[in-house]
Amino acid sequence: MSWKALAAVDRRVIFVILIAGILLPMVFPLKMPIAVTPEVQSVYDRIESLQKGDTIMMTMEYDPSTLAEMQPMTYNMLRHVFRRGAKVVAVCLFTTGVSQVEQDLKKIADENGKKYGEDYAYLGYKPYPAIVITALGQDFRNPFPKDYYGTPTDSLPVMKGIKNFSSVKLVLSVNATSGVDFWLQYGQSRFRFPLAIGMTAVMASDYYTYVQSGQLVGLIGGLKGAAEYETLMHEKDGYATRVMNIQSVVHCIVVGFILVGNIAFLMSGGKFRMGGRA
Amino acid sequence: MKRQIPLVVCFIAGIIFLLQYFTPHPWPTYLAERMLKWTIVIGFFALGLGIISLWITHLPKVMKQAPGWGYNAVSLAGFLGMVVTGLVWGKNPGTPFIWMYNNLMNPITATMFGLLAFFIASAAYRAFRVRSLLATILLVSAVVVMLGRVPIGDYFFDMLVAPLGYHGVLGAAANWLLNYPNVAAKRALNVGIGFGQAAIALKILLGIERSYLGGDK
Amino acid sequence: MSFLGLGMILLPVLASPLHADASAAPAPATSTTAAASSAAAATAPTSAAPATGAPATGDAPGEPVSGEGPGAAAPAGPPPEPPSEVTAKDKPGDEGKHVTVRWKISPDDGAGTRSVIGYEVLRGPAAGGPFTATGTKAPAGKTEAVDEVPADGTDYWYAVRAITITGATSDSPAFGPARSTAQWFNPEKTSVAVFTLIFCTAAAIILAMARGGTHFYIRPIGGINAIDEAIGRATEMGKPILFVPGLQEADNVPTLAAFSILSRVAKKAAEYQTRLIVPCYYSMVMIVAREVVKGAYLEAGRPDAFQEKDVFYVTQEQFAYVAAINGIMLREKPATNFYLGAFFAESLMLAETGFMAGSIQIAGTDQPIQIPFFVAACDYTMIGEELYAAAAYLSDDPKQKATLKAQDLGKAVVLALTGAGAMLWAFLPTWAVWFSKMVADGEFLWSRVAGLFGMGS
Repeated sequence: MSWKALAAVDRRVIFVILIAGILLPMVFPLKMPIAVTPEVQSVYDRIESLQKGDTIMMTMEYDPSTLAEMQPMTYNMLRHVFRRGAKVVAVCLFTTGVSQVEQDLKKIADENGKKYGEDYAYLGYKPYPAIVITALGQDFRNPFPKDYYGTPTDSLPVMKGIKNFSSVKLVLSVNATSGVDFWLQYGQSRFRFPLAIGMTAVMASDYYTYVQSGQLVGLIGGLKGAAEYETLMHEKDGYATRVMNIQSVVHCIVVGFILVGNIAFLMSGGKFRMGGRA
Repeated sequence: MKRQIPLVVCFIAGIIFLLQYFTPHPWPTYLAERMLKWTIVIGFFALGLGIISLWITHLPKVMKQAPGWGYNAVSLAGFLGMVVTGLVWGKNPGTPFIWMYNNLMNPITATMFGLLAFFIASAAYRAFRVRSLLATILLVSAVVVMLGRVPIGDYFFDMLVAPLGYHGVLGAAANWLLNYPNVAAKRALNVGIGFGQAAIALKILLGIERSYLGGDK
Repeated sequence: MSFLGLGMILLPVLASPLHADASAAPAPATSTTAAASSAAAATAPTSAAPATGAPATGDAPGEPVSGEGPGAAAPAGPPPEPPSEVTAKDKPGDEGKHVTVRWKISPDDGAGTRSVIGYEVLRGPAAGGPFTATGTKAPAGKTEAVDEVPADGTDYWYAVRAITITGATSDSPAFGPARSTAQWFNPEKTSVAVFTLIFCTAAAIILAMARGGTHFYIRPIGGINAIDEAIGRATEMGKPILFVPGLQEADNVPTLAAFSILSRVAKKAAEYQTRLIVPCYYSMVMIVAREVVKGAYLEAGRPDAFQEKDVFYVTQEQFAYVAAINGIMLREKPATNFYLGAFFAESLMLAETGFMAGSIQIAGTDQPIQIPFFVAACDYTMIGEELYAAAAYLSDDPKQKATLKAQDLGKAVVLALTGAGAMLWAFLPTWAVWFSKMVADGEFLWSRVAGLFGMGS
């Protein structure tokens, strides 16, 4: 095969190699330690500082497409919050994630023996996040007079004494949408509550600025962040940790593709110039 | 007059929202929240028009059995299926709506998102070329971050640097790239984007930008 | 413009009841059940003389102070020393119904068998009571709490109760009256207000210069210059143009910027009689896009050529939308693809499929994380604000270009402030603290501005 042919190889070859790289670590699992980053440690420490009876607001804005990255961190943080004895008021501001969020919340609550209405509540979905967040800042009952199941919000024991953001110890947003910007602009910058975010890895790089400026308590980015959280929770065989090993192999394969592609490019006459565009 | 009224409405509404950001007084906040609720109502009617558009797009192709009409039929069947089951049986656990959500929508959307990995791999092979110095710097940074953000990077790199007494170098390098050059670049971009958004908002508020009304004049 | 500038100038004047405390920005208002915010020295005196209601000690928490209501069992342990120097005043910069209560901690705070573990705010309608517990509490060591009152414009008197671990209590002398009001200006937003005013003023001046005939230079932007060429390519090949206006609502700025460019692209497409396909993510976007395209066809003198079915709603599900557009690209094989607006995870999928279909691709988004994907896979990419500049660039309208220069001026100001701040931090850190507070701390800046104009009590 000539270098030119290698540089222009059929993309199906690439796909097959990638599939092999995903399947093989499933059959032959690797075990590698996960180093914890300061951003994830900050979120963990904040949840660890919750006391029994404290209430947090949790907003989960993801749908099945981002489940692989979002669900592990949601599960881990919810477990942590419930183990601290804190209560959760949850909302979802993303149309297609409403049912998924309800299932995830219920699963972890049942796992920890938590009772709906007393230990946690799910207020459901409302459109237009900017409006909802502004209204939540006045009173949670304004945009959500009833919960997801149609029960008046005021009648839920967990909502006793909870009025707005100043009543909760932390706002935790597990968010795979652009709704993060709404939470920052309309929520945190206006009402100044402690906000921690879990998001997809590709989004996370954009929000380190907010961690540095103090607008975010911490940041959990993608599956790696979820795996770091599992390490902090001392979960030896967590889902995210197992999948991270597959991701490791895939990353190596992509790097390999880049190297091979560039070798083929240079060997087939491609030119390197000092100047020019990236 | 036909074009002046929307411009005046836009200006007044824009001023209300601008002022309510700065004032905690309940009156402007109440006014702004009321107006935002109107947009929900308008959005609801717009959704109706969107659904009509959906049917106008797909139904004629099904009726005429145009090439690929099967896909149009599936689109309409999916729409009807979710709407009817949701209305008739509700959306509680165990209903057909939730069954379809869990067993159809979940796997399909997750699959589509999973395809992204393959697109990234083919784009990486095709497009990441060391054509220039800037491209090379970009490439090296990308490789460091890709390997530093997964445990395997440090696992193998530590084998090289451990005899020198170092540990976790690649992960630290990736974190440094994310926290310093990346943050600097993103901050600069965000400042520019912020001013760009402010400029567009100002143009719309003042009626300089009128393309959203349809036509420039 | 005049309304805007006038509003910006008048707002601080309307906010005259604000005081000029030089304290650091406190944490947000606490609810009636939350703990107090960070301790802040209370320095501003109120206009009312403090009342001297006799403090009552030994009452159980939650019971009226002046002996009314049911008697409570006497708590074990001796009562602590009461807190002192209680002051109460309207919480500044809020929507009303909040009074900030400050006190000096009890001498028994955190010490001995009479150790105080917390405080509770008591409120009454008159100096002599009756005082009732409000439920607003603060832990030991804290000297401030925010009470939510039933109504604005009503005078209330306050006392603070110290509570020990054994439940023994003692109350401070009462203080009042304090009356809450809603403010018209939030001092925390002063920095933003100042920058907005500077930006709008600069824009107004530059607009006036543009109207006077001044020409402004704008550097060439590759993606924008390629638009005409790309439309021409589609015309020559006899293939359609695909325009994707992004995945945000019609009221979001990137979508509005996309509409501006769509108007120009649609006009050119109408002139060249090239088919234009615009699949929309939201129904509202579809409605606005239809108006934009119809208006452009009208302007080009070809209203009959406008096809409503070519501007259509697809779905509001992200990956279903991507699948639909990919299908359009592979079936219709457009010669030119425009991706202009807000894009998310689907950006690379769109761009790679467009590449496979052999289209020339011009992208522009304000989502920084998607820009690398577009740069890698598209022929031309407008990065960040270049998307917003494109409309001004294409219109050739001096007023539009004037706002571009205002943007540049804004960035120059930010650059100058960043540079100045960095230099100060490196060489004069004490001045740097003051500088940072002046630029970024709205309350600090407001206190200086208010002091300069002699506003506030």
